[in-house]
Amino acid sequence: MSDSDLIVLKNIAKTYRRGDEAISIFTDLDLTIPSGDFVAMMGPSGSGKTTLLNLLGGLDRPTGGTILFDGAAIEKLSESQLSAWRAANIGFIFQFYNLMPTMSAARNVELPLLLTSLSGSERKQRVKTALEIVGLDNRASHKPKELSGGQQQRVAIARAIVADPKLILADEPTGDLDRTTAVEILEMLQLLNRELGKTIVMVTHDPAAAKYARRELHLDKGTFEERLT
Amino acid sequence: MSDIRLILAGLGRKPLRTGLLIFAIFIAFLIYGVLAAFQSSLENAAGPSSSNRLVVANRINFTQPLPVAYASRIQNVEGVADVSYSNWFGGYYQEPRNFLLTFAVEPESYTRIYSEYVMPDDQRQAFIANRDSIMVGRSVAEQYGWQLGQQIPLSSNIWRRRDGTSVWPVVIRAIYDGKDANTSTGSVFLNYEYFDKGRSFGNDTIGIVQVVTADASQNDTVAARVDAQFANSRAETETLSEQAFNAAFIDQQGNIGLIILGVTGAAFVTILLIVGNAMAGAIRERTGEIAVMKTLGFTSGRIGRIVVGETLLLALFGGLLGLGLANLLTNVLSGIPALNQFFGGMRITREITFSAIGFMAALGFITGAVPAFNAMRVNVIAAFRRI
Repeated sequence: MSDSDLIVLKNIAKTYRRGDEAISIFTDLDLTIPSGDFVAMMGPSGSGKTTLLNLLGGLDRPTGGTILFDGAAIEKLSESQLSAWRAANIGFIFQFYNLMPTMSAARNVELPLLLTSLSGSERKQRVKTALEIVGLDNRASHKPKELSGGQQQRVAIARAIVADPKLILADEPTGDLDRTTAVEILEMLQLLNRELGKTIVMVTHDPAAAKYARRELHLDKGTFEERLT
Repeated sequence: MSDIRLILAGLGRKPLRTGLLIFAIFIAFLIYGVLAAFQSSLENAAGPSSSNRLVVANRINFTQPLPVAYASRIQNVEGVADVSYSNWFGGYYQEPRNFLLTFAVEPESYTRIYSEYVMPDDQRQAFIANRDSIMVGRSVAEQYGWQLGQQIPLSSNIWRRRDGTSVWPVVIRAIYDGKDANTSTGSVFLNYEYFDKGRSFGNDTIGIVQVVTADASQNDTVAARVDAQFANSRAETETLSEQAFNAAFIDQQGNIGLIILGVTGAAFVTILLIVGNAMAGAIRERTGEIAVMKTLGFTSGRIGRIVVGETLLLALFGGLLGLGLANLLTNVLSGIPALNQFFGGMRITREITFSAIGFMAALGFITGAVPAFNAMRVNVIAAFRRI
């Protein structure tokens, strides 16, 4: 592992139990993601893309192997330690935005900051900056239902970056958007990667979307095939 | 403080449901407040109570008489600091519907013992010195527009005079106030000697003897000594604390405490089921949002606290509104002269407020416990698979 590697997966195995049956997703998966990388993860349904994303985000634990994040094994952390680790290091972007419907855009973006020790004024400044980055500072007081799908996803991106995480995990971020809006979102992710140096792992089914990443990883039958974009 | 915003956001998700839950809790605490104040007023109407005062009554029943000589004999019992006595007069003014809560008392010792009844000293002396005097409570005087020095016809449908009439001409020589807001000023007191000399039967008997002990810690000992002194006599006694005697007096009307417990208990159990069920449903609806919060880094414990915070806030908001309206209602009721005589002390006391807040907190915690547990158990991966 080099100093520039943000994530290293070693011999990762993941097995689910469905009744008496054990379903193996991976048996011996290795992966290294350097800091500042933008990876598009592709593959057929059931290949384990989302499972891998959940493992990277500390939402799920591997059955075997180790996940090193900045050199520290995260699978050994307790639930509450994992929560704190996620709050400090990971930004999530979902296919269906998953914004809080009763909160304004600004309040939604502020959510991750409620887990920090920042003061109210510091939080307000950070939220303003994040909304400016995604071009929605003029929609701060709008509730999700008052925003278009693309605008909601941009709020979700602002929420993902507001706490300045080292890694952004995006699960089908353009899956619910029209082509024009999807391009806007992908360009924004590209901007975050190139200009702000954010490491991004994006799960997608769309080859056109994958082209915006620095490299594509095709996951099938528990192994990766890599292609540079 | 940041959690308050999340609590409010949770409650704001379905404003109509939140409003209806608050309304249900509001009604429960309105009922509780009014009934508890009613019980408190009954206790006050039965008379004030003090920790070192005892009441000696006939062992058979407090409606049975005791010889008046008992008072002086009790005075000599070891541990007794002071003694007075009284007799139920009943009474009404002009016509039976103008009922008056009237007692014949030994004026000097009675006004000395019951320092809760406050009046100028010259009025007290006038009440003691003149046999045809009465001492009336402020609320009664205001109800009938009575003035000091005014002669009024006091009637009784129990006690006839020696001349065969039932009208007792008396002069108002003292008007008393309560030492505090809880002391009822709805009673009338007339001079026992005037009453005893004038009545056509039952002379030289009294209803009860009021005893002041040197120290409240001696109450049980003194009570036992008094009862022992009159054991095997033609009028055996039973000595109770003043509080216990008042409670027994109220229980003649029925077990008010049990009625209040039944009504409020039924209301609370109903509210518990309604709020608990509604909150459990609300948490089920918010499974996706809870999963997002967990994904962002909110711990299960914090999410549980937010859910309990929602039910606690509901209970406190609805409960305090209900208690506030109960306070307003009791103030209005106790301000009506015709009701003031009986419910002068009908108000939301500090004890009622504290117990109500305790019930609100319990309601909030109990109704929030199961939804909070369910929220804490939300599995992020399973939740995202469903949405």
